[in-house]
Amino acid sequence: MNMRKYALAASLAAIGLSFTLTAPVHAQAKGKQAQEQFFPVLVYRTGAYAPNGAPWANGFVDYIKLVNATGGINGVKATFEECETGYATDRSVECYERLKNKGGGATAFQSLSTGATFALTEKAPVDKIPLITAGYGRSESANGAVFTWNFPLLGTYWVGADVLIQHLAKKEGGFDKLKGKKIALVYHDSPYGKEPIPLLQERARMHGFELSLLPVAHPGVEQKSTWLQIRQNRPDYVLLWGWGVMNSTSLKEAQATGYPREKMYGIWWAGAEPDVKDVGEGAKGYSALTLQHGAEPNAKVVKDILAQVHAKGQGTGPKDEVGSVLYMRGLISAMLGVEGVKRAQERYGKGKTMTGEQTRWGLENLDLDQKKLDGLGFAGVMRPVQTSCLDHMGSSWVRVHTWDGSKWNFSSDWYQADDKVIRPMVMLTSARYAEEKKITPRTPEQCKQ
Amino acid sequence: MGFFLEVLIGGLMTGMLYSLVALGFVLIFKASGVFNFAQGAMVLFAALAMARFSEWIPGWLGVDNLMVANILAFIIAAFLMFVVAWLIERLVLRHLVNQEGATLLMATLGIAYFIDGLGQTVFGSDIYKIDVGMPKEPVMVLQGVFEGGLLINKEDFIAALVAAMLVAALALFFQKTATGRALRAVADDHQAAQSIGIPLNRIWVIVWCVAGVVALVAGIIWGSKMGVQFSLVTVALRALPVVILGGLTSVPGAIIGGLIIGVGEKVSEVYLGPLVGGGIEIWFAYMLALVFLLFRPQGLFGEKIIDRV
Repeated sequence: MNMRKYALAASLAAIGLSFTLTAPVHAQAKGKQAQEQFFPVLVYRTGAYAPNGAPWANGFVDYIKLVNATGGINGVKATFEECETGYATDRSVECYERLKNKGGGATAFQSLSTGATFALTEKAPVDKIPLITAGYGRSESANGAVFTWNFPLLGTYWVGADVLIQHLAKKEGGFDKLKGKKIALVYHDSPYGKEPIPLLQERARMHGFELSLLPVAHPGVEQKSTWLQIRQNRPDYVLLWGWGVMNSTSLKEAQATGYPREKMYGIWWAGAEPDVKDVGEGAKGYSALTLQHGAEPNAKVVKDILAQVHAKGQGTGPKDEVGSVLYMRGLISAMLGVEGVKRAQERYGKGKTMTGEQTRWGLENLDLDQKKLDGLGFAGVMRPVQTSCLDHMGSSWVRVHTWDGSKWNFSSDWYQADDKVIRPMVMLTSARYAEEKKITPRTPEQCKQ
Repeated sequence: MGFFLEVLIGGLMTGMLYSLVALGFVLIFKASGVFNFAQGAMVLFAALAMARFSEWIPGWLGVDNLMVANILAFIIAAFLMFVVAWLIERLVLRHLVNQEGATLLMATLGIAYFIDGLGQTVFGSDIYKIDVGMPKEPVMVLQGVFEGGLLINKEDFIAALVAAMLVAALALFFQKTATGRALRAVADDHQAAQSIGIPLNRIWVIVWCVAGVVALVAGIIWGSKMGVQFSLVTVALRALPVVILGGLTSVPGAIIGGLIIGVGEKVSEVYLGPLVGGGIEIWFAYMLALVFLLFRPQGLFGEKIIDRV
């Protein structure tokens, strides 16, 4: 019996001692845990849009892994959790709700869906979480005075549509040469596909070209009638605003109806490897915009990822995909989020976890000059981005690249969207939104606070 | 006139491809009374197997000839579809003999989701290519009759021919062979068929195998046209109005229904679409099928069900 008592006492003492000894370790771990920055990742790795969604997600996650491999965000570990949306708005909202409070609170959301962006735009101000929509989302959200929490960084669909018309005008020898031309827009029948229409209508009014609108129902696998109409109307140019399988189907139908691919121009979401590799030679001559970058296998950041993430067996997707167009898009999107946090840390404390509100300030005061970009390994990949309280887009640089049957090659110089055309539209549409939602736009003075 | 003919021919050829997918629905319904919601998933699974094996085989066996690789891939994919059919019968259908139609439908819905996920897990969710040498460039005919000639899509034309041949072969199989007659007997009444010694389980395996091969041919044709990836399952949704219209128990109904739906959706999209903003062909096909149902609830060629009260 005594032995039992001794054994019990010894056990209790041991447990007590272990608590005493490990308490600081737990506290330390908890302290470390506090120094984490949580990035929710809304992805679609399954379903109709997976071939395009997966490389984006892989690039996004690999960049976060690279950040951690190189010391985190000024010592703060970047954490992430994926949530599968299947490119469905309802599931995107569900993912948002599930992840917004995880990991101490979401840093920022990137939904990779214009439809989801429309749904989340009203939730973000309530939850005080920024929405980064690099190259997609609501075009009028570039006006930070009204859309305080939206950041359509690098470009909106109005930028894309504007540059496409500029490019066509340049090919024709001037805007005046567009008069009487026929331009068809083949678009995904969704908020994403409809987004460029107001800008194209405005440009059509300005330059006198005839714009025909040809919607394609989700997911875009049946387009025969669309291309028969194109064959009948014989437009001078076809603008392709597709996503996923719709893009390759359009190119195949163009080939099957004999429409020249050299006259087809896609938005930056219709200009990646999954859009053309299955079509191969049949897509030769097809061009698409780039959101600054194209396929960048030689970029320093790509080499860093291969060396510090993939070489250690921690790569997210296949190694040969690293540096492809959509992989780069995901990687840049992650980088913009991380740089927003870094910028916020400059104000609120380096080495600290930033809240959504603090990150919003960082994103709103982003100043990525060429030196910083080069230092991050983005030399030759993208140009400087500077945001402000009133300009949440930061830059609107675009290039065109063309498929040569086996790879994309840049085929134009840099373009910038014409602010004289876009700005009034942004201001008008965002003012309407502010009026409808009873939002008082911020003034430049309020921005300084 | 030339353009109208182009739309008509395009619709007929697309309709023939819809018929091929619709045939998968009809075969299984005829033989087992099950509305197989997994037909689209089977098309995707079969196409994924074909695409991936034709890609892997040259590396595995050192075969450099595309045709040999395709033939071997076809054999393996067909074998895989037989295995799928056997497993479905063994693990699902055998346990649901004489259950309500709704139960069987829900079971196939579950099978559809399972096969969708399994296919993408095993073979990947990227876009894969099936290259069976289909011509991609169009051909212009009757240039002397119509200005600019009539455009015929060679790939669609060949695909429609293959589909027509397969449909004809299956119609013969159902009408002229002992197995075909046994299949029809099972379709009429499970219990009566069993009572005269027709082995229900074997018949179900056979019909699911045949449906698997039909799915494989459909997968190869559609996969060659638009690449092999998840959207192939939506092709099955395009075939639903075809079976509604043609009748669930009729092979000729699947063919005629396919042609009517194919032409109907193309003509409506081209001529009515611009008046209402476009993008109407999907719902128009369903609307067309529903209009037919108002007059013939059993479909054009479906069997009329008369219950004595």
